[in-house]
Amino acid sequence: MDQPLRIVIAKPGLDGHDRGAKVVARALRDAGHEVIYTGLRRTPEQIIETVRDEDAILLGLSSLSGAHGHLFPRICETLREHNMGDVIVFGGGIIPEDDRAPLFEAGVRAIFGPGTTSEEMVAFIATAVQRDDAGVGHGAGWHWQSSE
Amino acid sequence: MVQDGIGNHLNEGETLDDRINAAKAGDRRVLARLLSSIENGSVRFSESPKQESEWKILALTGPPGVGKSCLLDRLLHEWVDAGLRVAVLAVDPSSPRSGGALLGDRVRMSVVDDENKKDSVYVRSVATRKTSGSVPLVVQDMAFCLLEVGWDKVVIETVGAGQSEVRCAAVADRIVLVEGPARGDGVQAEKAGLLELADAIIVNKSDLDGAQRHANELRESLNLGHEEAPDVHLVSALHGTGIAAASTMLLSLNQSIRAARARWRERLLSHHERLLLEHPQFDTSLSNLEEGLMSFEEAYAQLRDRNE
Repeated sequence: MDQPLRIVIAKPGLDGHDRGAKVVARALRDAGHEVIYTGLRRTPEQIIETVRDEDAILLGLSSLSGAHGHLFPRICETLREHNMGDVIVFGGGIIPEDDRAPLFEAGVRAIFGPGTTSEEMVAFIATAVQRDDAGVGHGAGWHWQSSE
Repeated sequence: MVQDGIGNHLNEGETLDDRINAAKAGDRRVLARLLSSIENGSVRFSESPKQESEWKILALTGPPGVGKSCLLDRLLHEWVDAGLRVAVLAVDPSSPRSGGALLGDRVRMSVVDDENKKDSVYVRSVATRKTSGSVPLVVQDMAFCLLEVGWDKVVIETVGAGQSEVRCAAVADRIVLVEGPARGDGVQAEKAGLLELADAIIVNKSDLDGAQRHANELRESLNLGHEEAPDVHLVSALHGTGIAAASTMLLSLNQSIRAARARWRERLLSHHERLLLEHPQFDTSLSNLEEGLMSFEEAYAQLRDRNE
């Protein structure tokens, strides 16, 4: 790859578990990307300010607290409101199967649960950045078909 | 500015001046993109701002784990209270194997979460990239760009310092060395490079045993020289002790005369390194060397030749 991709890995809301987020951050680093980790308990506004100031093209959200149904769509909406519709959003953590459709509808492009390989995440990223409809501002047309 | 409907407001036809003006007007997304363009080598920003008596670019350097980010966060709170708008370039290493990087300095910056202060602070994480193990020379251009678009001060936080990070610091108007206790007493020689360049020294973690003693040792060592010695300040970034005094001291910090020669030396070396790294044949020469197709002398001669 010519230039490393800049990726923000964020923990929105009141969720104190970031082992998963750190493992993902490390895997993406080892795949040659520049990963900015936000630390715990960020608000949607803090997260999008980080994405903006760091000029990240991808945003990975991790949630194990059950609040994904509220937080992920809100972050997607806030990105669109701030003219950041080209940012690609993906998520992970404990996200029950039934909760996923509304998240894809909100503009999240992939959901990775426990057991996902880092190869799959890296493949998703490589695919998403090549597409012109993967940004959070491009509607709900395409999302990654997870293999788990 | 033209918008393309989905909110991606950076278009092909846009000129550099448009982007600079938007960044001046406070559009942080445009500023962030502009800095990425500098980082990717598509935009150069090499014209130095005019020299003034008060500093514009400060480098905060020192060994890993002495509390540079934590101290900087405290200082940013103080400086924003004093009415300044400050941008930070926080440098972390890229992996020499994968080229990737984990940029974590931001985690310690509480000032960017402060509703009343966040508009006066801009924090940007920078990976060392190709110059892994050494310094990202584009940091200088990024700093010039930030000053150009209206930030009052730029602070470069270097990676945990060894000898090579001296060079990164050399682009700054002032260099502050951060030290901590429990760094051993046989380290004077190792620190020679940085101590030579520093305009001030801050010993952090004053709440821990040995900080006072380390500060005394540093003062003693510095006073052995014939030149005027830089001040050594004791602070605790964790508890906020001594921060107000250090903040005031830093704002009025003068360039130490004794460091001038060492600093010019580092700047010359840094410029030379940049010319080599940015040479269009650099990667080809590396491959040729690796495959034994070229001798070291031939490769160097090719890279030194600027008439590509």
